[in-house]
Amino acid sequence: MSALLEVEGLRTHFFTKAGVVKAVDDVSFRVERGRILGLVGESGSGKSMTGYSILGLVDEPGRIVEGRIALNGSDLTRLDAAAWRKLRGNRIAMIFQDPMMTLNPVLRIDTQMVEAVLAHHAVSRQAALERCRAALARVGIPSPDERLRAYPHHFSGGMRQRVAIAIALLNNPDLIIADEPTTALDVTIQGQILSEVQKLCRETGAGLIWISHDLAVISGLADEVCVMYAGRIVESGTVAEILENPMHPYTRGLLDSVPSRNTPGRPLSQIPGMTPSLLKLGAACAFRERCPRAIDPCAAAPAVRDVAAGRTLRCVNPVA
Amino acid sequence: MLAFTIRRLGQSLFVLVVMSFLVFLGVFAIGNPIELLVNPQADAIERARATAALGLDKPLLEQYAVFLSRAAHGDLGRSFVFNIPAIQLILDKLPATLELAFCAMVISIAIGIPLGLVAGLKPHSFIGRTIMAGSIFGFSLPSFWVGLVLIMVFSVQLGWLPPNGRGETVMLLGIPVSFLTLDGLRHLAMPAINLALFKLSLLIRLTRGSTREAVLQDYVKFARAKGLSQRRVIGVHVLKNIMIPIVTVIGLELGSVIAFAIITESIFAWPGTGKLLIDSINQLDRPVIVAYLMVIVTIFIAINFVVDVLYSVLDPRVRLGAAAAAH
Amino acid sequence: MSVAVEPAATPAMPAVREQSPWRRFVAEFAESKLALLGLAMLVVIATIALTAPWISPQNPYDLAQLDVLDSKLAPGEQASSTGKTYWLGTDDQGRDMLSGIFYGLRISLVVGVSSTVIALAIGLALGLAAAYFGGWTDAVIMRIADIQLSFPAILIALVLLAMLGQGVDKIIVALVTVQWAYYARTVRSAALVERQKEYIEAARVLALSRPRIVLRHLLPNCLPPLIVVATVQVAHAIQLEAALSFLGLGLPITEPSIGLLISNGFQYLLSGKYWISFYPGAALLLTIVAINLVADQLRDILNPRLKK
Repeated sequence: MSALLEVEGLRTHFFTKAGVVKAVDDVSFRVERGRILGLVGESGSGKSMTGYSILGLVDEPGRIVEGRIALNGSDLTRLDAAAWRKLRGNRIAMIFQDPMMTLNPVLRIDTQMVEAVLAHHAVSRQAALERCRAALARVGIPSPDERLRAYPHHFSGGMRQRVAIAIALLNNPDLIIADEPTTALDVTIQGQILSEVQKLCRETGAGLIWISHDLAVISGLADEVCVMYAGRIVESGTVAEILENPMHPYTRGLLDSVPSRNTPGRPLSQIPGMTPSLLKLGAACAFRERCPRAIDPCAAAPAVRDVAAGRTLRCVNPVA
Repeated sequence: MLAFTIRRLGQSLFVLVVMSFLVFLGVFAIGNPIELLVNPQADAIERARATAALGLDKPLLEQYAVFLSRAAHGDLGRSFVFNIPAIQLILDKLPATLELAFCAMVISIAIGIPLGLVAGLKPHSFIGRTIMAGSIFGFSLPSFWVGLVLIMVFSVQLGWLPPNGRGETVMLLGIPVSFLTLDGLRHLAMPAINLALFKLSLLIRLTRGSTREAVLQDYVKFARAKGLSQRRVIGVHVLKNIMIPIVTVIGLELGSVIAFAIITESIFAWPGTGKLLIDSINQLDRPVIVAYLMVIVTIFIAINFVVDVLYSVLDPRVRLGAAAAAH
Repeated sequence: MSVAVEPAATPAMPAVREQSPWRRFVAEFAESKLALLGLAMLVVIATIALTAPWISPQNPYDLAQLDVLDSKLAPGEQASSTGKTYWLGTDDQGRDMLSGIFYGLRISLVVGVSSTVIALAIGLALGLAAAYFGGWTDAVIMRIADIQLSFPAILIALVLLAMLGQGVDKIIVALVTVQWAYYARTVRSAALVERQKEYIEAARVLALSRPRIVLRHLLPNCLPPLIVVATVQVAHAIQLEAALSFLGLGLPITEPSIGLLISNGFQYLLSGKYWISFYPGAALLLTIVAINLVADQLRDILNPRLKK
């Protein structure tokens, strides 16, 4: 049985006046049904753009230049606009970071939910409303009727994000892409939402890609992890493997900069330097300037290789 | 909602009273008021009589009170030139001006909003840039000059349209209107287009600007991520958001269209209040000026009030008092 | 416990070579060919206006130079006495249209720019005062501005001129009265936004004197929207003055602006002598278009909400 989502060699470039920005540069991963993949990276590492590419929402001046995106075996990059539209919100759904901005402030909640159903299913408005009520109940919003008639600004941040999640679930998608949905929320709400999303995933059997810059969140939530840097995946594997035995120097650096209860008093180390500009990626490994383990062969950008079952690495001089 | 409306109504009335006071001051208190209210050709005896009759020897505030009470009853003096009540003169000519203004607004909305949408959705395309360049031209044109050019081309050279006057009228709900007759339309065409030009350009630019900002917003991306058709994304999500500033501007511009009609009416000899005003200024027919000002001020305040209420209907964030549903 | 994976946060776009803001501004402005065209036109027009007395073929207001036999000549025809060509024809008094336009532009520009500058100064002062002092000052100033802005400029100007009579100074008073509120409101909005920002708090905490806070901190940040408004307003002022002169209420006959030239020629339109009105209007149009082209580009550059 093929994976739910297979991404191979995805490249999304932006053709700007200043030059070509390689936002996503040779990204490959798989997501299985009912499993959660975490996509970790700093801002500018290309993780959000990967999500948009999967949905076909890359705007001018960017476009997918190369790669294969297979949902249940069929390649999405060959689809025309109408076919894409049928897919979005239906088989693949996305949850965005800031729900105040993503929910239209002048339209009621029921309008915004019902239209998501009616765009893909020819049912009556009543039937669509029923579905919305069920979805709201599933994300833990009580007395949905009152909420449905309200406007987004009547809700708190956590509530709005639940609505956004409910909208994502409306058409029972096979794949959900969540782009930092809890970043804008405070910690307690974050925890609630995380556990609810995890539960929903297991229940519905949908695949979930959770994009975040927060390693701690990913470690508590995901099954597999891909670490991204400067548009490339530098390391991937199961959460346990990555956390206990990181091989790429970048991953190692990230983990070392996180304070941990296990090693109190240890001075936090930092990765020196700055993220490189995506415009000026040369032929060398993108992390070379900042890597404590850089050696001469790093001048030629390393390719991705499988180092074990389900474990990939893009480095010629890994840690351990 | 009701509280908001009542509050706005109160504010409007307040402004109306303030404006009436300013008009009163401007006309009755500056200079020698008797000059303004009595026929300039009257002699000294008539002036003395008029002064007493008009109560001009009374204190200012009392005069204002008299003025206000008379105004409330619709008495704003008699025209020197026509010797009929000024208010009647104004009201006679008002339908012509309103018809012209209305037609101009319809033209500018019907053409302006669609063109602005196109220019906003494809700002760097050829058609987008052409529309924008055209719109700059449109509101740079001095409207009186455009009127002249229109007359030059369509009346003098081509002889298709009459250069002045209003056409045949028919009664609609007791008001004479000319857009229902062919002759009326022929007379309306040039003045209405002339008046519409400026607003049209403004509307194109406003719609384009709002559309450009709106499509960059996250809710548009989210709407597309839900798989909504482009027509719904633009027609519902974007349009409802840009309608708010546009409706506001249209409402406010309606008042200014009525004012700009003064120029158009002068050029095309359109028998409306604008032409009446200019003639009155030149002939020193002050009661008519006063009556015009009061009527215009009232119309403006009414328009502003309606726009405010409409704004709160369109933008739910403005409505206070709705119970905010929290956690 | 949440920890961010950002050892040193940077945007993904390349760091721009450190250009001074002025050079960046000029570079961005020059991106639009239309705006550059507008700027070039403005320079030409301004030069004409400044040098009108020296470059005009004729002083159209010196009665000694006029020959009524030359009246209403079409463009390109020649003077009966001197054989000079009237490039744009003559009006009913025998005045050379080209010269009339040069002088008219001069007056229109002078009135337009000076009224804008004065209105800017007044509006700026009042707007800053309203934003800085807040409370009662703010409420009064803004209420007056709002009421005034809800009435169209032409109406207010007409009424003022009807009361005050004719004359250059009275026109300027009318134009200033009509414009100050735009500046006051723009400045106040920008200043209010700035006032909330932390650096003002910091300046206050450092006990900097009030004028210093206002001048050094609030003011520079209000400038971008102000520049855009001022540029557009110059065009409006010129248009308004022309319209008022056309209606016979603007500048007196002794200082004929473009509007007056156009209205003079109106009566000859129906008999085909279009040039008496047409060319002055075209000159006015070009001036306004030039200003608006420049203003448009300025607005696009200085609009923060379009930078994404």
